Amino acid sequence: MPLKTSIKQRFQRRDSGTQYRHWWQLIHIDFILLISILLLNIFGFFILYSASNEQFSLVLSQMGHISFAVIIMLVLAQLPPYWYQRWAPWFYFFSLIALLLVLIIGHISLGAQRWISLGLFRFQPSDLMLLALPMMLAWYFANKALPPNTKEVILSSLIILIPAVFTAKEPDLGSGIVIFTTGACLLLLAGIRWRIILYLLIGILLMAPFLWHFMRFYQRQRVLTFLNPERDPLGAGYHIIQSKIAIGSGGLLGKGWLMGTQSHLQFLPEHATDFIFAVCGEEFGLFGALILLLLYTAIILRCFYIASQAQDTFTRLLAGALSALFFISVFVNIGMVSGILPVVGLPLPMISYGGTSMVTLMASFGILMSIHGHKRLLS
Amino acid sequence: MKRATIKNRQKETLLFRKRLLILVAFVLVLVVLLFIRLAYLQFFQHHYYKTLSAKNNITLAPISPKRGLIYDRNGLLLAKNNPVFNLMVNRSQVTDFQQELNNLQLIISISPAEIQLYKREAKQKRQFEPVPLKVKLTDKQVALFAVNRFQYPGFHIQAQLIRQYPQKTITANVVGYVGRINVEELANIDPSNYAATDYIGKTGVEKSFESQLHGGVGYKQIEINASGETVRTLNEFSPQSGVNLYLTIDTNLQQAAKQALQGLRGAVVAVDPNTGQVLALVSTPIFNPNTFIRGISTQDYSALQNNPDHPLFDRATRGLYPPGSTIKPFIALAGLDSGTVTPKTKLYDPGWFKIPGSEHVYHNWMRGGFGWVDLSQAIIHSDDVYFYQLAMQLGIDRIDSFLDQFGFGQKTGIELNDELAGHIPSPDYKMHLTGHRWFTGDTVTTGIGQSYFQITPIQLAMATAALSLHGKRMKAQLIEGYQFPNQPRMVTTPQELPPVILQNPMNWQTVITAMHHGVTNPQGTSHLFGFGNPIYPAAAKTGTAQVYTVSEDNKGKPLPERERDDSLFIAFAPINHPQIALAVVVENNPSAPRIARKVMDYYMLAQKHWKPEQKPHAS
Repeated sequence: MPLKTSIKQRFQRRDSGTQYRHWWQLIHIDFILLISILLLNIFGFFILYSASNEQFSLVLSQMGHISFAVIIMLVLAQLPPYWYQRWAPWFYFFSLIALLLVLIIGHISLGAQRWISLGLFRFQPSDLMLLALPMMLAWYFANKALPPNTKEVILSSLIILIPAVFTAKEPDLGSGIVIFTTGACLLLLAGIRWRIILYLLIGILLMAPFLWHFMRFYQRQRVLTFLNPERDPLGAGYHIIQSKIAIGSGGLLGKGWLMGTQSHLQFLPEHATDFIFAVCGEEFGLFGALILLLLYTAIILRCFYIASQAQDTFTRLLAGALSALFFISVFVNIGMVSGILPVVGLPLPMISYGGTSMVTLMASFGILMSIHGHKRLLS
Repeated sequence: MKRATIKNRQKETLLFRKRLLILVAFVLVLVVLLFIRLAYLQFFQHHYYKTLSAKNNITLAPISPKRGLIYDRNGLLLAKNNPVFNLMVNRSQVTDFQQELNNLQLIISISPAEIQLYKREAKQKRQFEPVPLKVKLTDKQVALFAVNRFQYPGFHIQAQLIRQYPQKTITANVVGYVGRINVEELANIDPSNYAATDYIGKTGVEKSFESQLHGGVGYKQIEINASGETVRTLNEFSPQSGVNLYLTIDTNLQQAAKQALQGLRGAVVAVDPNTGQVLALVSTPIFNPNTFIRGISTQDYSALQNNPDHPLFDRATRGLYPPGSTIKPFIALAGLDSGTVTPKTKLYDPGWFKIPGSEHVYHNWMRGGFGWVDLSQAIIHSDDVYFYQLAMQLGIDRIDSFLDQFGFGQKTGIELNDELAGHIPSPDYKMHLTGHRWFTGDTVTTGIGQSYFQITPIQLAMATAALSLHGKRMKAQLIEGYQFPNQPRMVTTPQELPPVILQNPMNWQTVITAMHHGVTNPQGTSHLFGFGNPIYPAAAKTGTAQVYTVSEDNKGKPLPERERDDSLFIAFAPINHPQIALAVVVENNPSAPRIARKVMDYYMLAQKHWKPEQKPHAS
């Protein structure tokens, strides 16, 4: 029996057993996830309005990004999980080639290159890879007995490392780290043995000097600055110092909406994009930051719940990895802005101004909704 | 498909759920870690970061105080603050300087020199500080720029107060000038008080009264953005304007004296003996203080400094000269007071003098001598031989202690910090200067004001004033009054100094009458050498100071201009109720008496200080 048809049949069988209790389940929407996301977006509008120095046009444009992203999410939620499983390898290789392409274009034009322009809009292959990698790994493990054996671990490690290294070389260290960590989380969920995890950790530690060698000058600067921000307070350390001042000066309740001096007087760099969390911390204080963290946690926990309810290897690994992806994006950004991680250029999910990250994450929610919405209710 | 058969669904689900739980736990730990980090920044370190945030965006901008004005005794402005409009560049808003400069040239022409100056200043200032591109715009340029302003976003016009001296050269040596603060000056001022001040007094009253004229700095608390631009003003503490000063100088008299000295190197000091107020304090040649205001060029400055006529040097308070025969009335008083001579004592003048037991011959200025002369004749004819003998009989100690009382060789106390004290001849001073001991010959030449004299014109004027008032001495006064901001004008009280008291006060009259006769007697030196005989009663004394000792061989040959004798002149009038005392010094030129007459005439006649009914003319 050809593999393709067997998968199709299996899903068709499950689909036939699905029962719908609510209207939104008809369009495969997870209501709790949607509400949490929308609440986060609404909070995000307020932060962005202040961070953009009260430019409503920027907020409007961001609303456009979100609308587009929601449409993508709704469309992706309609596609049945077997569809993703079928296309996963194609998608992965397509993303890998695109990554290679920007790397070559970047090399030729002698500058950092992360974009591929398709006339009307442009996209970042590294963002595609954020989705393609979990799909590929989940596809790889889908029909294997778990926990994976050593050969499978090595092969899956290569599946992770190749795009991660490509992305880091772009250079987009932030996305590279997120791709790598997401893949690692998937391996963990796949049941990889602790012994192997230990070996891998030791291997990474041994590779650290090697990694350092491959880093660009400014990436090394960032790491050195992270270790000691006062090293160069007006140069490399400026971002993180100003960001900590913004957050710290916010106090418990913040300076008040639109009252942040650090962002409004331009002391805080990138305050509408990568460092937008500092604006939230400055104007809404620890209280506002806590609300933001709780909203994120709610979304993450819902995603993990969806993963826990998934019924086969492909969907549960994919759902678990996408949940981890969202959390990692949040943690790396807030960690960087609050000074516990080095500065890598990553936006704050769903809040920072910009379309690509928004579409990527919404697409991942769409896939999660598809997994949850197409689940067969066991009788 | 082979492996799929070994798949144990239940076991795998269990494994996945276990791993998922570990992952969730890990995620929750990290979320708590983030929260702890934020709580640390926002709660435990809040105070620290709040201070840093305030430091970032709130700053104190100093406001310069208005410098005090300087007036003369009649309320005429000598130093004022002129508003000027400067074209400033905000470099943070200028992307293509050359392009925008070309655009700007269409309405306001900017010379290459100005661009060069701009580039130099731009290097010294921080990126967000505006830099002047063109200073002192004309009204037309200001208007043109204002209309086209929107085309030049990186440029703006700034109003600034700049010191100006409306009387130009007339009072330059008295008022002085202000210039950019240099490194040494910076060390002596309170930098916070000068935070907004670019200029500081360099000489004259501007320097001596710097702290009063400057005033106190003001501050405004402003909110700035990351580029250092002001967003808004939060609070303002106004600066305290400087004190306005009124000088005792009469600009008209000063100008008359300056004109009389035109083309000569010299000094005129005119004082009111009754108050000690300095009416005129002239030193020529002189500079124009306005050239110093916005950075004099190095070339112009070195030209001024290297000028052999030293226009920057105030001869009136810093020029040191031997008094020549102008010292004779004071030596005469010393002789009378000590009883060495009486008015009737006659000494023989054969035209020369020799110290007994010495071969050195001291000549009289009049080759043939005057024969038997008494004290009055000795003053009228300025008889050197009489004073050689008198000085020798007095001895240097008695001469010094007497001259001391008139303030010779001491600062007069005029309110100018740079005044020099000078010296009168004394054994100590000679030893200090030359390393040689004192000879009687030194005492002999002291009698005619040569020897080791180093006195200033203002000392001579003050001593003359004391003489005119029979020993009553007033302290030299330059500040007539002052005015604190928004307060009425205050008047400085003249200060009296310890008087010179003679054992027989009649001796004052003896000497003054002799000085008067020097004017009225056609053979008197004052009359003879150019002072003439004015209609108001004046007393005077000529003086000549040798610059170079002329050897007998060269006698009669014309000397190079700069080696000729200096001429001096002292005078006061009217003799019974003196209103003015003068000292005139002219370097390498004999015209001091003529100049003194011009100044005296201007004061007594043109300014109508002499009223004939007040005192009938005796002559």
